[in-house]
Amino acid sequence: MNPLQAVAHRRVRRRDAGPASRPARPLAAGQDAAFRWFTVACAATVVALMGALASVFALEAWPSIKEFGLSFLWSTEWDTQNDRYGGAVQLWGTAASTVIAIVIAVPIALLVALLLVELVRPAVGKVVGMAIEMLAAIPSIIYGMWGLFVLVPLMQRYVQPAIQATPLGKLPLFVGPPYGIGVLTAGLILSLMILPFVTAVSRDVLRMVPQVVKEAGFGMGATTWEVTRKVSLRYGLGGIVGAFFLGLGRAVGETMAVAYVIGGSHLFSWSITDPGYTIASNIANEFPEAAGDLHRASLVELGLILFAATILFQLIAQLWLRRVRKRVGGRA
Amino acid sequence: MTAYKAAVEHEPVMPPRIEVGGVSRSDRYTADQRTESMSATKISVEHLDFFYGKQQALFDNTIDYYKNRVTAIIGPSGCGKSTHIRIFNRIFELYRDQKARGRVLLDGKDLLSTEMDVLEVRRRVGMIFQKPSPFPMSVFDNIAYGLRLHYRIDRAELRNRVEQALRRAALWDEVKDKLNEPGNALSGGQQQRLCIARAIASEPEVVLMDEPCSAIDPIATGKIEDLIEQLKREYTIVLVTHNMQQAARVSDYTAFFHLGRIVEYGETARIFSNPREKQTEDYITGRFG
Amino acid sequence: MNATIGQRSVRRRRAADLAVRATAWIGASIGIGAMLWILAEVARRGAKVWSWSFFTQMPAPVGEPGGGVLNAIYGTIVMTLIAAAAGIPLGFFAGIYLAEFGRNGRLAGVVRIIGNVMVGIPSILVGVFVFSVFVRPMGHFSGLAGALALAIIMLPVMARTSEDILNLVPNELRESALAMGAPRWRVILGVVVRAARSGLITGALLAVVRVSGETAPLLLTALNNQFWSWDVTQPTANLTVGIYSYAMSPYPDWVDKAWGASLLIIVGVLGATLLARLILQRGKEW
Repeated sequence: MNPLQAVAHRRVRRRDAGPASRPARPLAAGQDAAFRWFTVACAATVVALMGALASVFALEAWPSIKEFGLSFLWSTEWDTQNDRYGGAVQLWGTAASTVIAIVIAVPIALLVALLLVELVRPAVGKVVGMAIEMLAAIPSIIYGMWGLFVLVPLMQRYVQPAIQATPLGKLPLFVGPPYGIGVLTAGLILSLMILPFVTAVSRDVLRMVPQVVKEAGFGMGATTWEVTRKVSLRYGLGGIVGAFFLGLGRAVGETMAVAYVIGGSHLFSWSITDPGYTIASNIANEFPEAAGDLHRASLVELGLILFAATILFQLIAQLWLRRVRKRVGGRA
Repeated sequence: MTAYKAAVEHEPVMPPRIEVGGVSRSDRYTADQRTESMSATKISVEHLDFFYGKQQALFDNTIDYYKNRVTAIIGPSGCGKSTHIRIFNRIFELYRDQKARGRVLLDGKDLLSTEMDVLEVRRRVGMIFQKPSPFPMSVFDNIAYGLRLHYRIDRAELRNRVEQALRRAALWDEVKDKLNEPGNALSGGQQQRLCIARAIASEPEVVLMDEPCSAIDPIATGKIEDLIEQLKREYTIVLVTHNMQQAARVSDYTAFFHLGRIVEYGETARIFSNPREKQTEDYITGRFG
Repeated sequence: MNATIGQRSVRRRRAADLAVRATAWIGASIGIGAMLWILAEVARRGAKVWSWSFFTQMPAPVGEPGGGVLNAIYGTIVMTLIAAAAGIPLGFFAGIYLAEFGRNGRLAGVVRIIGNVMVGIPSILVGVFVFSVFVRPMGHFSGLAGALALAIIMLPVMARTSEDILNLVPNELRESALAMGAPRWRVILGVVVRAARSGLITGALLAVVRVSGETAPLLLTALNNQFWSWDVTQPTANLTVGIYSYAMSPYPDWVDKAWGASLLIIVGVLGATLLARLILQRGKEW
């Protein structure tokens, strides 16, 4: 079972209290207890690790938190000479690229999921489904390679000049020379990266709508889209929202693909055609050779913000996805 | 054979006389109809075959359903009852390998042909399924679903029609304070009546019921049976049921299916008291099925 | 129909339905098209570089053409194996706890939620963590640190996957074994795990495949190495960081090598995923 699917939803039903754990012989009792404690220890490692991660981040980030306080969030400074740092550029870059990715990927993913569930033969749907799962396995760095060497030249030579030529090019969101690299390109790559994932989860959610309910919808003389919109999507709304947040979580933390195409600039710019930085790509580029403790601490502080955001999205996603397993009533 | 082929190729032809048990079928129709005043034919099925992939499930079904009457379809499991009625609203078309051959005339027009839009067919022919299946929305929205789908309608009129539908389904008093609650917050019997109200809200002409009471408790079943009695005044009802007592109680005509064929068809009273076919008699007396 | 109600145009409804279907097909084509494009580019640019020497030689000195990625291949394999040696068993037994002992209990619930969250943590942050607790005290980058980072990433994935697979085994199997007087641990390890064998292998394979493509955590822990090294306590060559540094370099020859290594990774990842699916299929047929 694809770990992604396992995260997204659990097809297995929880068993109710299984067989008692009292063994037959006293010797075995000791063995069983030891085994049980061993597995508890392994499971506890997960919790311990999480705690360790959180504490280490907080500890390492502390010098920066103490030094800059709340202004870290809106300061655009990044001066390694004078040791003054602020995270606004990275926060903006992360937010903007993620929003672009979501806006592009989620509608497409929903439509493709609809297609797979309603519009194609089951055999075709299975093959395409498998293809999607394999595509979701492609590492970030491959997307980065393609992004830098194939997409960026295209953006530079055709797409960005085209945008500049339209009235859109006057908006502060789009002004600037056509670098090719930048926040927009990063957003496009990210949308490609989260597309297979969100599609797979949405498809699984749509599949869970009971056939009877769909037949009842069709039986009343509705078109496929009408049944999907009014019945299936409503039924699986929790799952779709969950998929949305999972995609969000993934896009926010993507590192290498973004590092390739974002351009690595600390200059703040509202324009998404300008280069910039995301939290993850900034850490990747500067952390190994950080120029001093405060520099490193600031990077970790950025990491801490990313950590908190990811946890938040994951928790929200899990909450919503749990609801999918419960029958959806009018409260969806 | 040629008449059969002609029927398949959509040429108008008289139904051939099929000899069953020594008495030709068209004779039997006339015999029964003499006992009551002529009722118009709402649905006329001519030589209907049905296939699941390569497997044939229905064989040469020919039968008339009369307007404003309840026709029950009985028979052992797997005899093709549900398959038969699922053709009338073309719901089988959702599944690629299911195919129907033959003619099904709704008020004279073949609903299987391309000249009838399937959305229109489904507006005129409603269906209640075995398992109550309220949509994931409020009670009100469930009933309003069909109305909103097919009509441009203002809010006041919508509320009016929703209330009417719920009253006709004998559900209004029980849910009038719960219109905004989710559909599946109701009990099983109420959910099924909700589905009935939902189906009749958009004023169909025919209501197909596929074992509507098999998933609900006896008291709710009784209420639904009373409902069917009332509904037939306005709609033509085809009721598939494995419960013979129910068929005897509620229906005007009964058709007995076995292995995809219609073995016998006639007025309910006669079928149950004086069946002509041995198979029918065996089934009714419980010797098989 | 009176004035308050009029029929909605069937034609318009069908047109809307058609429009949505068409958009869905277009969307699917865009998605699949982009994917195929990516794979095609990697294949095209990478295959150019593939040669015997590519796989069997060390990198040539800076600026000189030729050479290969042998040390990177070795480094990736070694670090992945070390990580698997730690992460897979740990995750596996954690999964056993969740499926067999903890089940619906409080600790299990907490572990499950945290495990799910950890699966989604950006891998770069794991790199930051390992840097702070391992690399810095040690004073330098090392292959071990890299392996540790990969193991941390593998752990929650393996735990959740194991739990799901084990839950698929029907209760009757456990009950019959226990009824014969077998102690719990034997039932679990001997019977349940046996029954879930193919799923568990698949899960482990997929977890390994996933971390072998990771770059970011290694960037902060194992870094890279131009030379051969048997010593994992030193910076260790690996394919992914190698691709990154080669790709960003000004030498076209190195950029080509980056493509070659990319193709290698894709072939490995997709091949292993396919293999995992096949194992799962055959497992079901038993």
